[in-house]
Amino acid sequence: MSSKAHKKPLPLTLFITVVLGAWLVLAAFPFLWTLWGSFKVEGDFFSKANWAAALTGELTQTETGGSVTGSGYYGAWIEEEFWRAAWNSTLVCFFVVTISLTLGTLGGYALSRSPHRYAFWFLIIALVFRALPQITLVSGYLPVFFEFNMWGYLPTAIVVLIAINQPFTLWMLHSFFKNIPQDLDESAMVDGCNRFQAFRHVIVPVMWPGVITTGLFSFLLAYNDFAVTTLLLNQDNQTMIPKIGSFLGTTQTKGNVMFAVSAVVSVTAPLFVMILVFQRQIVSGLTAGAVKG
Amino acid sequence: MYSWKNFAATTAFAVLSGTTAMASCGVDAGRVSIVGNEFPAIKTVAAGAASCAGLDVSSNLTADHQKINVAGMSGDPAEYTSAIIANSSVVALINEDVVRPLDDLVAAHGADIPKNQLITIDGKIYAVAFMANAQTLAYRADALEKIGMEPPATYEDMLAAAEKMREMGIAENPIGGAYKAGWNLAEEFVNMYIGHGGEFFKPGSAEVAINNGQGKAALEMMKALTAYMNPDYLTHDSNATNAEMEAGNVMMMNMWGSRMGNLMDDEGAEPEVYENIKVGAPMTVGGGSIPASTLWWDGWTVAKNVSDEDATATFLAMKNGVSPSILTDETMTQAVWMIDGYTPGPVNDGVFAAINMSAQPYPMLPFMGLLHTALGDNIGDFLQGKESAEQALTDIEAAYSSAAKEKGFLQ
Amino acid sequence: MKHKTFFWFVLPSALAMLLFIFLPMVSIVVQSLHVSHEQVIIEVENCGPFGCRQSTTVDQEATESLRDAKPLGQFAGLTTYMDRGHLAVNEVGDAWNAARGWRDFGGRMLNLPFYKAMAFTLTFTFVVTPLVIILGFLIAVAVNSATKLIRGQLIFVSLLPMMITPLVGALILFWMVDARGIVGAFLQDISGDPNLSIKASTPLMWIMLMVYGVWHSAPFAFIVYYAGLQTVNTETLESAMIDGASRAQRIRYVVLPHLLPLTTFIALMQLMDNFRVFEPIISFSASAHATSLSWAIFNDLGGETRQLSSAAATSVLTVIGVIILLTPVLIRTWRDFGRK
Repeated sequence: MSSKAHKKPLPLTLFITVVLGAWLVLAAFPFLWTLWGSFKVEGDFFSKANWAAALTGELTQTETGGSVTGSGYYGAWIEEEFWRAAWNSTLVCFFVVTISLTLGTLGGYALSRSPHRYAFWFLIIALVFRALPQITLVSGYLPVFFEFNMWGYLPTAIVVLIAINQPFTLWMLHSFFKNIPQDLDESAMVDGCNRFQAFRHVIVPVMWPGVITTGLFSFLLAYNDFAVTTLLLNQDNQTMIPKIGSFLGTTQTKGNVMFAVSAVVSVTAPLFVMILVFQRQIVSGLTAGAVKG
Repeated sequence: MYSWKNFAATTAFAVLSGTTAMASCGVDAGRVSIVGNEFPAIKTVAAGAASCAGLDVSSNLTADHQKINVAGMSGDPAEYTSAIIANSSVVALINEDVVRPLDDLVAAHGADIPKNQLITIDGKIYAVAFMANAQTLAYRADALEKIGMEPPATYEDMLAAAEKMREMGIAENPIGGAYKAGWNLAEEFVNMYIGHGGEFFKPGSAEVAINNGQGKAALEMMKALTAYMNPDYLTHDSNATNAEMEAGNVMMMNMWGSRMGNLMDDEGAEPEVYENIKVGAPMTVGGGSIPASTLWWDGWTVAKNVSDEDATATFLAMKNGVSPSILTDETMTQAVWMIDGYTPGPVNDGVFAAINMSAQPYPMLPFMGLLHTALGDNIGDFLQGKESAEQALTDIEAAYSSAAKEKGFLQ
Repeated sequence: MKHKTFFWFVLPSALAMLLFIFLPMVSIVVQSLHVSHEQVIIEVENCGPFGCRQSTTVDQEATESLRDAKPLGQFAGLTTYMDRGHLAVNEVGDAWNAARGWRDFGGRMLNLPFYKAMAFTLTFTFVVTPLVIILGFLIAVAVNSATKLIRGQLIFVSLLPMMITPLVGALILFWMVDARGIVGAFLQDISGDPNLSIKASTPLMWIMLMVYGVWHSAPFAFIVYYAGLQTVNTETLESAMIDGASRAQRIRYVVLPHLLPLTTFIALMQLMDNFRVFEPIISFSASAHATSLSWAIFNDLGGETRQLSSAAATSVLTVIGVIILLTPVLIRTWRDFGRK
């Protein structure tokens, strides 16, 4: 990308810098505001009298004696045992990502290699499945899960998340495999491998970038899901997002809103580390052409 | 499956019972599983039930309880042996026939439950109430003093006081109200319509009858009030309305009795504000004598599809959950308890005033929920001036009728 | 690939979708064709803490035998689809007959819940989708031209709107755009109108929901385009330059065609997701100003009495809507598929 073809004229550079600057402000400002506010009391952060109270923290001063307070974090992590939810989220994310990628790679690979029309229809039907509003699906599950005594447990939520994530995973991985030349696995098959061996020995080594990119989206889905987990998990098995929802509740108990705010800041921290670790893979994954319609 | 379930149940049990001393509840085996809303009073009741020695008690308290309780009680055996509900939500359970009549259990084990706590429908007991609630007046004593007026007894007084406060520059928008489109807005209409003496349905039928003089008057009064509210009123639920009052922007409002404690404590507001917030009786409207407010109770039920042993265990555990033993200094202020030994504080004056003024309970009708939804969806257009009161009432009736046909209440 | 091999490869995936999406979908379609049994209403006396009064209840014994015989309810065909809460066939006919001109007809249509929801849903979809694509592309170009050192951080910050859970993200934004919040106060300042309130005005609420939609989804388009830009063939670009192509021509003839398949993918996903817009309406408490099909489903399921058939019918209509919306894109994919 350092070639002369990309040297830009000054006005264009300026324009691009302005766009980027404006976007960064728009993207980061609400988060920074939240980060700052999570160390204040509710009366300041959600001040109806004057927004500047969130910056100066007058009520924080009178109620806690300092200009910042960690009470939101203490309340969420210690009093309300948010760490339990964090552990549940870790389990859910781990299993959802690994299983849906395993199923998705197998399916996506087959879809990319089949010349038959039914493969296309398979993809279209998967897309139609994705169109169904999640909230309808979940309320359809409830009677069945209660009937079979499956309601409330992590494995149930994991299986549901995997299933409703399949259409997207299949589409994305299908397009990724399409960009891996067919000659690779076909020559392996000429050498006497069967289809699965060819997949294992030839395709698996080169597929990681695309799989990691798809994995990022699966991860975000499992990590941020509210609709499924809030209705399918009982209180002890709650993941982080429904737990945050329960801090808000229908009738907000004093102080609990700040638990939610601090929990949101806490929830974002691991994502920061993850993006920094995986950013090269994410980019190289898509570099290989992961997402071609 | 079974081992997961046991595991979840026993951990919940351990967590809950850690805080309360174990008590004997007159039964030593059985499964108790509670579903209910998540506010503090209900958590107290669930903890009280979990303190029964020898029972296997778990609870799932969540804001989404109404989305899962019918499904969770429909299986056989039901996942939940008890649902904690209010007078608006008990009908959904009775309509689906998932709660059992409690007459036998009351006769055998509940002779000491005061009769007025028993909720009976057609002579059969379906629930036991443990707390009461109602919307009443909350006001700023200092603001009313400045304009030289008594706390409003009617909505007309409230409008006059608001006009004066605006004139004198005490507050730009002195009236508050939980007018958020949806459930809250519908509830305010229900209050106002009852205050005008209206009946929601033709007697003995599911045919709606609100397109009348009282319906129109109720809507007009609501619109008159909104002129003195923050222009964002259609997005304000009771949380946001309380925040407005704590910020010192609102001087008078109609608010839930259960939320008054929050307003009058010293958190989240300047001393000038919280020291002056007082609770008054609910207001009347249009010259009527019945308050424009509804009475609410919260109570517990026992599932139909569970074994008789579990039903007995549930009954006794829940009875223990609402017994005088749960009342401590901390839990005393959580609700207007219907429990012996409960001493009300000044924050509860409003609810008792509502009961004494013989305010009406929220209608416990099988199809009221459908009308509530229709009200919540259609009043906003009228308040914003997009349509006339007649048109809004016609829309509400049409929306209700198509929903009631789908649910089999109308043909 | 042989049929049999294909079968075994897609089996796990297909099974998961069959059990957890297809079967529920069938039951939703069946549900939408049924309504509850006739409920026998009887007058009774109800007693409670606040005294006794005459009331009505459902006669359980009378309805029980009906229910046992047909647990699904009574077959209603397309009645639910045609009623006032959905396609409102009769009401649309009445509006057509009674309307004085197009404007009046439009106003009458917007008074019907389904068409009111469609008006916002379609506006949202067709405004947000192109803006997301354009903004995502611009950010991708900008991040791509930044020095390598800070790109990781830039990517993180750019992805933030997509990563923060909407549950709380929107709650905080809701306070920020309040008339007394930081953004609301800023808007009042620059507009010079001290009474300006986003939450009180329908047009401003629509604009805010769309701004939120673009803000929330732009990172998705950004990350896809950013990766796409990494693979633009440098050799083609350079040879184009040697041939005397201007910058605009190079972008027009080399870069954009390369990104076209990505655009199809983004458009497909965004059209679908925007058509199902739901979360911002709840988070911003906007239902008095804007409703959508997904909101209607939520409203049916979230009331004191759940309207399952109505929610099911709206869900089926949503799926049909998505299919219609995606047809052009799918026809394109079909041709591509045939070519390969």
